[in-house]
Amino acid sequence: MAANSVEIKNLDLSFGAVNVLQNLNLQIPEGEFLVLLGASGCGKSTLLNCIAGLLDVSGGQIWIKDHNVTWAEPSKRGIGMVFQSYALYPQMSVKGNLSFGLRNAGFRKAEIEERVARAAGILQIEPLLSRKPAALSGGQRQRVAIGRALVRDVDVFLFDEPLSNLDAKLRADLRVEIKRLHQRLKNTMIYVTHDQIEAMTLADRIAIMRGGAIQQLGSPDEIYNRPVNKYVAEFIGSPVMNFLEGELTGAGFVSGGETIPTEGYTWADGAGTGPAWLGIRPEHVASGADAAKKTYTTEIAVELVEPMGSDTLVWCQVAGQPFHFNMDGQEKVAPGDRLTIGFDAARGSMFDKDSEARL
Amino acid sequence: MANPATISTAVAGADTLPLDGPQGPRPRPRLSRRNIFIYGTMLVVAVYYLLPLYVMIVTSLKGMPEIRLGNIFSPPMEITFEPWVKAWAEACTGLNCDGLSRGFWNSVKITVPSVFLSIAVASVNGYALSNWKFKGADIFFTILIFGAFIPYQVMLYPIVIILREIGLYGSLGGLVIVHVIFGMPIVTLLFRNYFASLPEELFKAARVDGAGFWQIYFQIMLPMSLPIFVVAMIIQVTGIWNDFLFGVVYTKPDTYPMTVQLNNIVNSVQGVKEYNVNMAATILTGLVPLVIYFVSGKLFVRGIAAGAVKG
Repeated sequence: MAANSVEIKNLDLSFGAVNVLQNLNLQIPEGEFLVLLGASGCGKSTLLNCIAGLLDVSGGQIWIKDHNVTWAEPSKRGIGMVFQSYALYPQMSVKGNLSFGLRNAGFRKAEIEERVARAAGILQIEPLLSRKPAALSGGQRQRVAIGRALVRDVDVFLFDEPLSNLDAKLRADLRVEIKRLHQRLKNTMIYVTHDQIEAMTLADRIAIMRGGAIQQLGSPDEIYNRPVNKYVAEFIGSPVMNFLEGELTGAGFVSGGETIPTEGYTWADGAGTGPAWLGIRPEHVASGADAAKKTYTTEIAVELVEPMGSDTLVWCQVAGQPFHFNMDGQEKVAPGDRLTIGFDAARGSMFDKDSEARL
Repeated sequence: MANPATISTAVAGADTLPLDGPQGPRPRPRLSRRNIFIYGTMLVVAVYYLLPLYVMIVTSLKGMPEIRLGNIFSPPMEITFEPWVKAWAEACTGLNCDGLSRGFWNSVKITVPSVFLSIAVASVNGYALSNWKFKGADIFFTILIFGAFIPYQVMLYPIVIILREIGLYGSLGGLVIVHVIFGMPIVTLLFRNYFASLPEELFKAARVDGAGFWQIYFQIMLPMSLPIFVVAMIIQVTGIWNDFLFGVVYTKPDTYPMTVQLNNIVNSVQGVKEYNVNMAATILTGLVPLVIYFVSGKLFVRGIAAGAVKG
């Protein structure tokens, strides 16, 4: 078994009577890009701050590179951190920002110069070294912030929503750059975000958090295709998954008088019965001629159309419940049109009505 | 959305469109009722505050015979600086006849260390309270703030005893300690709130970078806090310079600050009332806070501009 770069064992954190993290366990192998994903207030940033040593834990242990660092100072843990607001020291030049940590650690001047030059080379910020942060653009600042972790030659990079302050285009550019950086450095990286696109594109594994606990830990593919519960299914995917309420019987999924066949569905634990949710992603719904190939087809009346260029999102009713699906952006549809659509329940996800766990 | 190309051709084809009714900037007549009211009020207020100052300056430049004529608003017929010299170097208080100069230097010796010490201690206090949340920090802060609301009179006598016991009663050192302690609540509050407004991530980043308590204070926090240091300095310099109560209670005639000495000159019951000397002495005493306002006002603006740059 490969050595774990970061290990979190039975971690507890509470502020007074409020338990933010409870008995959390997580193993992150060497070189993995792990994304902590969740809505705000789910404890993902708190967990990152615990790993960084910026928050004292209430119980449990944190191991980094086979050292128990639970009580260690942030600077002694072999971590570098990149913050949402960049947190560059405003009165220091870019070079000053990059070398601050090295100067504190007592490195020799020549060594500092060399490391700063190397990091600046990797991030292509050499022309900016003498500038103050105020004279940099958002993307450049974020690169300097990454550089600050880079010069210290750390084992683990921690990112706390690093792209949230950037505009959409820059965010996409830097996302690619971070991915490229990971491929090049092969360091362990832990990345906190609430943006599912960032999570899906960057991660080797995603941990979806809610209420201080990890709901599901798995590859982006696993999380997208086999969400463990309704919350995860709802959180991942845009536009959001459709949920039909109904009952599982021997014949299939019965909802609003319609019976949707469930053959081919991979059950988590034997065929389910009783009240359940059927989740179908809008992009897995076929319309027009393709619909006939699906195990379930129905005719719908278009209620609302949201053109998005590449796709068009169509709102309608299926089995008496609101439903939306993607169509090719070039198709012409208008409210009131009648369309035939179809989908395979086998590609969807089914959840128990009460526990909301995957069936 | 309309195509911008079509818009531009349409405009090029037609000349400027004829417009009716109000257009362009709204006219603002100079002599509107609103302007007359605003400027009139400001003029009255300005005169109200400046007139006493005018009377003081004018009187301080007159000789006594001219003052006795009673025209307090008329400019001096014969300008004399004699009263200023007398106020600064010759006026008698008690046994000393070296004028306000003695009080001035006493006040300098009191104000400079008091301001320096109180700001140094309070800024570290505020930094620790806002960034290094230790157990009981909030209680400590509450107690400190509570101290700001206790009337000074309650503590006058206990402090006399404390100073006497440690042998500092009547000395400038004792008064400096008193000023530092009494300035602590308000200045700490000032610094704590300012440091709390700085981005917390900056502090976290410095910790990840391995900086300790003092390194973060001196290298990260201090350079970003010039505006608040200037504000604290203005508050403390004017407060301590203008203090009368502590000065009169905790010092002896030899070490009286300028304010106490001014009072002794102006309120002396013997001899003729030398109004011109009194006016000159009063202006001299008020000069220091005035200069501080003028000088640091500029610094203050510059400090805010420098501090506005966020990383």
